[in-house]
Amino acid sequence: MTGQTPPDRIAERVAAATPQALATGVRGLSDRAIAWIFITPTMLLLLAINIFPLIWTIQLSFTNFRANRTNAAVKNVGIDNYTSILSDPDIWAAMQSTAHFVFWTIILQTLIGFTLAWLLDRKFRGHGFWTTIILIPMMLSPAVVGNFWRFLYQPQIGLFNYIIAFFTGVDPSSFEMIGSVQLAPWSIIIVDTWMWTPYVMLICLAGLRSIPDYIYEAAEVDRASHWRQFWSITIPMALPFIMLAVLFRGIENFKMFDMVNLLTSGGPGSTTEVASITLKREAFEKWRTGFSSAFAIILFVTVFGLANIYVKALNQVKSR
Amino acid sequence: MSNQSERSLLSRIFRRGPWETAATLFIAAGVLMLLQPFAMILYTMSFITTLIGVVMFIVVTKFPE
Repeated sequence: MTGQTPPDRIAERVAAATPQALATGVRGLSDRAIAWIFITPTMLLLLAINIFPLIWTIQLSFTNFRANRTNAAVKNVGIDNYTSILSDPDIWAAMQSTAHFVFWTIILQTLIGFTLAWLLDRKFRGHGFWTTIILIPMMLSPAVVGNFWRFLYQPQIGLFNYIIAFFTGVDPSSFEMIGSVQLAPWSIIIVDTWMWTPYVMLICLAGLRSIPDYIYEAAEVDRASHWRQFWSITIPMALPFIMLAVLFRGIENFKMFDMVNLLTSGGPGSTTEVASITLKREAFEKWRTGFSSAFAIILFVTVFGLANIYVKALNQVKSR
Repeated sequence: MSNQSERSLLSRIFRRGPWETAATLFIAAGVLMLLQPFAMILYTMSFITTLIGVVMFIVVTKFPE
């Protein structure tokens, strides 16, 4: 005796518990129709909150609409918004700031994340504890991270300046991470690296744990050195996972807004003005809604393209 | 007979793999052109390149393996 109720008995009890009016209504419907009834609310919600705003944004991107002048006549400007964005040196500069941010965060996060994963994969005493400690920054809200790093970067009372001063001997109040044109781009790179390296580490760790031990054992039998094993087994077998992490972080950092907005708001001047900050300024400070819609569509198509590559890479990893 | 050979020729041309790779290359080139700091003309042409890649990707994923 297993103590479990047979499925037929459960179906009978469910049928008996169904109200008569509902049972009569549903009985005449096919399985396909019932499935449609279940998914229709979700589809409608998705259409209302995702598809409709997207179509509206595409439509607005071809107009001169301004959200602060809703009574003004809306003129169709064709692809003028797109051509002015794609020939605007200021927006090109914002794209370069984004590129600088994305490039350095990916390099640092991949190098540090993979190194940490490689060290944690050794399974030393207390490695579980250290994994949990390393994962903490990733679990924090970007708003919290942005705010407390602003305090850490304070030249007078900030801990960051004191740590740099301790190791280099320079005066802690002699430099300002957020206020300096040279250092501000690096200040956001440091915070993003601190926060998201654990994520890259997790993906790399999954990749390293997926390598079967017998491959290393065979390499040991063939007297391959540790260096040779690392370059000929570890790196090639973990590479799809590293690529996955790089693509994911690339997509996320390309549209990074919250942390940069809290830390520097694009300043000083426009040195840390990444694409999403420019978009916010165009949309909600200059109120050029049509123009900013076109800009949003350009960013959307770029992210959508990268996401396609990401899904392709993900399928390749899955099929391994 | 000719119908069959025509179909096999079409299925050989419209294979998903190489077309998907071409679409991926278009997208990657478009993104690099958008973010590069060297030539304004590349920046100007970046969106259309990415868009071609994305549309191509959506179409070619319907091709047989």
